[in-house]
Order: sequence, then structure tokens, then C-alpha cells
Amino acid sequence: MGEKATRDAYGEALARLGEEREDIVVLDADLSKSTKTAKFAERFPERFFNMGIAEQNLMGTAAGLALAGKIPFCSTFAVFASGRALDQVRNSIAYPRLNVKIVATHAGITVGEDGASHQSVEDIALMRSIPGMTVIVPADAVETEKAVWAIAAMEGPVYMRLGRGSVPVVHGADYQFQLGKAELMCPGQDATIAACGVMVAVALEAAEMLAREGVQVRVLNLATIKPLDEEAVVTAAKETGAVVTAEEHNIIGGLGSAVAETLGEHFPVPLERVGIRDVFGQSGTPDQLMAHYGLRAVDLINAVKRVLRRKQ
Amino acid sequence: MDPELKQRLEATAREIRRQVITMIGAAGSGHPGGSLSAVDIITALYFHEMRLDPAQPHWPGRDRFILSKGHAAPALYAALAVRGFFPTEQLTTLRKMGSPLQGHPDCRKVPGVEASTGSLGQGLSVANGMALAGKMDGADFRVYVLTGDGELEEGQIWEAAMASAHYRLDNLMAFIDHNHLQIDGPINQVMSPEPVADKLAAFGWQVLTIDGHSFEQILEACALARRTKGRPTAVVAETIKGRGVSFMENEVGWHGVAPTAEEVEKALKELGLR
Repeated sequence: MGEKATRDAYGEALARLGEEREDIVVLDADLSKSTKTAKFAERFPERFFNMGIAEQNLMGTAAGLALAGKIPFCSTFAVFASGRALDQVRNSIAYPRLNVKIVATHAGITVGEDGASHQSVEDIALMRSIPGMTVIVPADAVETEKAVWAIAAMEGPVYMRLGRGSVPVVHGADYQFQLGKAELMCPGQDATIAACGVMVAVALEAAEMLAREGVQVRVLNLATIKPLDEEAVVTAAKETGAVVTAEEHNIIGGLGSAVAETLGEHFPVPLERVGIRDVFGQSGTPDQLMAHYGLRAVDLINAVKRVLRRKQ
Repeated sequence: MDPELKQRLEATAREIRRQVITMIGAAGSGHPGGSLSAVDIITALYFHEMRLDPAQPHWPGRDRFILSKGHAAPALYAALAVRGFFPTEQLTTLRKMGSPLQGHPDCRKVPGVEASTGSLGQGLSVANGMALAGKMDGADFRVYVLTGDGELEEGQIWEAAMASAHYRLDNLMAFIDHNHLQIDGPINQVMSPEPVADKLAAFGWQVLTIDGHSFEQILEACALARRTKGRPTAVVAETIKGRGVSFMENEVGWHGVAPTAEEVEKALKELGLR
């Protein structure tokens, strides 16, 4: 299992997409080397717009380009895309249902040393609550690349959340990403771990360790957080009777909330949410932070054991 | 200026003002002051300057107008209706449940509305995006945007102003409806954006200051902007809030209050007589 950063996959996918689609334009806010949109800028300078350190204008300009028939891919760090420019995303992009693809990198605490100001732990919640916004959190580089093509092919506003560091590649090259569909990554009847983003690899690790103890855990990759694949979530709850969610995000408003809402309405079963427990992050290495905030495989294993006790 | 054109524009502006008063009166809420101050600029654009076809509101070659000060929606709606984008009878549905005529413009609902606006400060960025797309495609359409003067207090305006000049958007023209009043009082008391013209010029714009109620000056500014290459043009249009209705003129209280039935009658009588 190799490793690769989702942002690297994004930059490469974007440059290839640009070859095929002339209506793709890319905007960035002085972070193109970090978000990897620079790869597109080198190939297609006439279709790349650096808007400087001005995220509100970045989003508004993307809206105007979309209104004139372009498909803007708009990138900056997640904390700025979702927070600083929230009103522009809401009013200029989402309300008129414009075809703008916001692809935000450096999401979550795995940004690491820059600390809490740069660690978005609320972006999924903010974007998920905007009417009509599609929210995607790919698990690895392969899924990121496939998702880039999928969102270019669909009409409407999208928020896609990517990370900074390398994450394990959990998909084969022939993986077919389906927008709005959960992916069954590992079968199991005892409990379900529903994960997104960097936590998918952690969930697979936890499932493997649990299997050695005789606990068969189903792992679902819920890369599309909105619209959520409610059917897959309900089916998993029915067939396994217990669910653990795993996300590198505040437990309030993100994947855990989305799953809890679905289960609460359709098929309540014992649920444990693994995520950041309503606190801001801090400086540290990504590994230190994942450990400190309870996002390791061992934390998932403990959550599975807790949920199994509640199931019985 | 051709006297016939001037007469025609003045008559149209009067008709739009009548519609603005009538529709806000019927709605029982809305923003008469800032709608009336912008009527002459919007009239000049929609009834002379802009290239458009009401039968094909999405014709790619059309000029675009974005009402960044979205609360002046009645003026835009009235202009679009009178210009033939939709029937004028629809204007009285303003702000009513189920009507396309939302309290602030929704581009998904009304033919001719180019962008959804209302959260102040966002229109110039959207106009920039359209103008950039025009440049990329080698299209010759022009983009017009109207902001309020109080709206200049939003930081995004200055982000956008920087970008318009940086990208040399000479296909873009911004009108600032400088009526000197905002909700809480005179802009110079609430939060002064002055000197507006100097600031825009410092950002790299060509800046003109005109009487925003003079069709001659509005159209001259448009002509100059068309001839100007390499930079966007901003027009600081000196206007009077509530223009055309004596008891509304320069009264801060008429920012967001609907006239009563008697006040509508009084205003319409004035607009008929002028």
C-alpha cells in the first residue's frame, strides 16, 4: 500500500482534465503551490487566475465565471474556503446553484504544525448545512482523481475536502468512484465503521486488528457526505446492528452527525462517533495530533468495543 | 444629447419610479430610497446603453448588469418588466409568497436578472468573473455593476476593485450610487468610505464623477468607458436617495420602509405631474 497526498492527485487530475475540457478554469488565492493548482497553471496559464490573498473575491469571481458558462475549480485551504468566504459561497455560489467546484486542501488537524488557525475542524459541517451543496471527502489519491472527473461531469456546486500530508492508497487504479454512493471496503456482520477521508485507512487497519480478535467489522467509505447514501447506512445498521463513525473533523455537524441523523430517522442502532470532540486543534506533527485527539486505529477499536457492549 | 432620446429616457424613468412606488406599496415592505436613487442609471443602461434582447434573456452576446445593492431590486424589476422581460402586471407580486420577484434579486427566478445579490459587497466580484470570461472568449459583451456607497464599507469590494484593475478589465464598468445615506444615517457619520473617487483611482481605475440623475452625463460616461482600454471605469454617481418623491428625498427613514396607501397616492401624483 503506497502513500500519496490527495492534493497531489488533485493537481495532476486537474491538469489532465484541462486537456479534455476547455471550459474548465482554475482559481486560487496565492496558495497554488500548496493546493497543487500550479500544475494546471503551468499547462494552461490563460485559464488560471490567481486572485491573491482575497478569498471572498475568489469565490465571487468563480461565481461570475460560472454564470458566463465556465466550470471554475476554486482552491484554497479548507479553513478559508469554508470559513472566511462562507457568505460568498452561500449567496454568490450555492443560492443560485452555480457550477462552481470548491476544492479545499489542508483540511483537518493533519495540517499539523501550523496549529488551530489553519486546522479546519468545522468545514464539513458548514458546507453540509448549505442547501444544495454536494460535499465530498475522498479517502485517498485514487479516489480524489476519480472524484475530480465526477464533479466536473455534474452540474452544481461542490465542496471537496482534501488533506495536506500523504495518506495510504486504499483503492486500486481501476476503482470506480460513484458520486452519492457508499463504498463497501470490507465485509462484516458484527458492527459497521463508517468513515471518510484519512479515517478510511485507519478504519481498515482497525478492522484488520479486530478480525484477529474474532470481531468482523464492516467498513463503509462514505466519501460523499452529502447527499449521503442513506440506503447503505441503513442497510449496514440493519445487518450489523451497531455503527461507529470516523472522521477527522468535529463530531458536531460532520459525517457522524449525518449518519446519526439518518439512523435516528430510519433505523436507530447504538452509535459511537469518533472525531474531534468539539475542541480546536494545536501545533504538532500529524501523528501526534491524531493520537492526541483520538483518531488512531486503537481509538476506533475501543469505539467498536463500546458500541458492541451497547448492542448486547 | 438628442432631445428626443432625453425625453424618452425621462418618461421611462418616471414610469419606472411609478412602478417602484406602486410595487413597494403593494408589498408592504421594501426599499424605496435606494431604489429611486438608482432609477436613472438603470434606465440609461437598459433603455439605451446595453445590448440585450428581452426575448432571449440568456443570449451569450448580451451585455450584463449586476445589481450589487440588491435591495434596490424594485428598480431593476421595474426596468426589466418595462423593457419586456416579463409582464408589468407581475410587479405587484413583489415579495409575495410564490412570486419570482424575491425581496432581493434571484437569477434563477427572474429572466434578465444576471446574479443573485443582496448580501452586500459581492456583486463586483461576480462582475469581474463575467468580464474575465468575456476576455478569455474574445467576446465583446460588456459588464455593468451598480453598488451602493454604503456598500463600499464591505471589504470584499476592495478585494474585487484590486482584481478588476489587476486583470485590466476594460469591459467592466461600475456605477457607485452615491446617495450619501445608509440605514443608520449619513455614510460619513456611520463609516465614511470617502474619498471614494480617490480610492478607486488609487486602485487603478479610471474614475468619473457625475450627476447620477443626468442622462447626458450617464451616457457620456458610458461612451468614455467604451473607448478606454486597459482599465476598468468607475462612475461615482452623485444621487439623491428617494429621488423623484419630494417627501422621500434625502430622508434616511425611507431606506427600508414601504409607503402607506395615502403616501403611494401622493407619490404617484408627484411623479405624474413632473
